[in-house]
Amino acid sequence: MIEIKDVRKSFSTLEVLKGINLTVNKGEVVTIIGGSGSGKSTLLTCINGLEPINAGQITIDGTVVHAKDTDLNKLRRKVGIVFQQWNAFPHLTVLENVMLAPRKVLGLSKEKAEEIAVKQLTHVGLREKLTVYPNRMSGGQQQRMAIARALAMSPEYMLFDEVTSALDPMLVGEVLDTLKMLAEEGMTMICVTHEMAFARDVSDRVAFFHHGVMTEIGTPDQLFGAPQHPDTQAFLASVR
Amino acid sequence: MLNYTFHWNQAFKALPQMLDGALVTLQIALLSMVIGLALALTLTAFRLSGNRILSGFATTWVEIARNTPALFQIYMAHFGLGNFGIHLSPYTALLVGIAFNNAGYLAENFRGALKAIPDTQARAGRSLGMTPVQAFRLIVLPQMLRIAFLPVTNQMVWAILMTSLGVTVGMNTDLAGITQELNARSFRTFEFFALAAVIYYIIAKLVTLAARLLAARMFRY
Repeated sequence: MIEIKDVRKSFSTLEVLKGINLTVNKGEVVTIIGGSGSGKSTLLTCINGLEPINAGQITIDGTVVHAKDTDLNKLRRKVGIVFQQWNAFPHLTVLENVMLAPRKVLGLSKEKAEEIAVKQLTHVGLREKLTVYPNRMSGGQQQRMAIARALAMSPEYMLFDEVTSALDPMLVGEVLDTLKMLAEEGMTMICVTHEMAFARDVSDRVAFFHHGVMTEIGTPDQLFGAPQHPDTQAFLASVR
Repeated sequence: MLNYTFHWNQAFKALPQMLDGALVTLQIALLSMVIGLALALTLTAFRLSGNRILSGFATTWVEIARNTPALFQIYMAHFGLGNFGIHLSPYTALLVGIAFNNAGYLAENFRGALKAIPDTQARAGRSLGMTPVQAFRLIVLPQMLRIAFLPVTNQMVWAILMTSLGVTVGMNTDLAGITQELNARSFRTFEFFALAAVIYYIIAKLVTLAARLLAARMFRY
């Protein structure tokens, strides 16, 4: 369970998160929608401790993320994240990209790491690309590889930060299908996205962020069907 | 000029001697590169350390190495240090001078290469649970070495050519030193130096070729 309590976060004088409260239960899929600069992506990088916070508390299965004695390297094994820019490691093949962390971070044998990597890459439809270097693949394929790379650590939670925003429109579908598949398998996920149809289809709950505040959260039917807050209404009207 | 008769035979007779010198030249160049690379990595670490004294030291080194004549750097290692009672042999002084020069240039190359790698690469590594050291060693460093590889090769060629400055501090066992001694005895300046130049050229080309083959093996992406 991820519990976010009164989290505040500033970049110098700009406050991007103004007291966020959100609890995500095991097996739940929560998507976060909202305009650019609303703090959605920042929240994700705070959850796995890549960014410090100024106030409040985030706990993951009882571990306080920003506590001084928390081993973030250990915590991050449990919380995978995939970014808008997929950040493939260009000097490694697709297989090596996915094997690297299981071997070096989890300390698995080469054989075991390879077995896991092949399994995850097959899962995202890249079985044919094992020996290819990432720059020979499309953005959609690289993004699916990044997802497999995160999954190879057997995370209990996955964070997706606008994973389709940097893709050609025609490649968005293949990545969204991968996310849907994960959601159906019961992965606990927080997805920041601009894909409203996707948010409606896969989410258990949808949260709307506006200027660092979570103005509204509810089931897809509630949020898309009958938004309560004027900011949510205005946003949904503009994206439709 | 019209009265000059070429005496290539004399030069060719000295070829084995000159090739022995070429080996010494290559040895100094290789050693100076190994030392230079180690120093350059250290200087790069100093510059990134955030410590003002360390980074100031490294910056000063890089500035001096890149903006003063290599000849002066070698002179300083031999005669300059000699004034303070530190007496280095011509061989050692030449090695120290070139290694100093290499370190400065290579450190600057490394810095440029590091800048070319987006921060998000290390961040992606961290997000997979790697420590900062792991993320640097497994993700940033291999990419940095690829970007820096060509400039490093150039510096190696430059190091080979710089060894010829050793004659000014009394170096007489390398290619330039031996050529200079043969010249002093025979005054067949053109022949000896032309032959020596061809040998330098071939060494430089072979090094470049070897580097290219090595790069093709090492960097498959």
